[in-house]
Amino acid sequence: MTATLEQEKQAQGAEKETKRKVAIICSKGSLDMAYPGLIMANAARMMGIDAMIFFTFWGLDIINEKKVDHLHAGMLGNPSSPMPHSLMGLPGMEALATTMMKKKMDALDIPGVREMLEILDDAGAELYACQLAMEMFDLETSDLVSQVTESITAMDFWQKAEGAQVVFI
Amino acid sequence: MSTVTLAGQTIEVDAEGFLLNPDQWTPDIAVELAAEAGINLSDQHWQVLDFCRRTNAEKGAPPTVRGITKGTGISTKEMYALFPGGPGILASRIAGLSKPKGCI
Repeated sequence: MTATLEQEKQAQGAEKETKRKVAIICSKGSLDMAYPGLIMANAARMMGIDAMIFFTFWGLDIINEKKVDHLHAGMLGNPSSPMPHSLMGLPGMEALATTMMKKKMDALDIPGVREMLEILDDAGAELYACQLAMEMFDLETSDLVSQVTESITAMDFWQKAEGAQVVFI
Repeated sequence: MSTVTLAGQTIEVDAEGFLLNPDQWTPDIAVELAAEAGINLSDQHWQVLDFCRRTNAEKGAPPTVRGITKGTGISTKEMYALFPGGPGILASRIAGLSKPKGCI
């Protein structure tokens, strides 16, 4: 009996070892806040680590069919912005910064946000929308990109994220 | 650094099991490394491994998953079916190369 229990414990340990998992919460909708979550989740999958992303609040923009191709680089209120804030507030400046960032990404062969979501879906990552944020922004499932598995509640998230390393962005 | 015996040869590997010298690699070694990961090598696996070795020889670094899908026409989905334990590391490790440096 003892031996069996011991074996069972070992088997469980082995299973835990192979089932590493990350759960990433994306709560921001700017281009510079979208990529870190998408790239980290994809890197996890490339290493065989299970990955899920929970898009909430402004993070919903990342999976919003109308917005996914038009995310902007957030330069205002960003102390790392290469341009002075007095200039960044002028009309067109944010679009310019976004264009520059996208050009650089193209040169490095970094996929667009929509393609990143497709890659993540193909890689077996699970993408979830926050139910409450969907209601706040009057969004329906049909407003989201098709790669989103479903919309879930915060409590559903914790259930699905059991045993995962959690990252909030 | 440590050494392991693969296909009857003593091979130098790093802490993550990547071969330190790609010239020590042989197809027999690939078969054994794949088996360790629970993979039975198919023609499509060999297509990926050949591409990885070729890229490494040409560019001095192994390709990323995106590099492999773009270079071979094998889709992301297929890559995950071929290397369920993680295509980002397994393709390169089985091909006897180092861990890819790219993030995509």
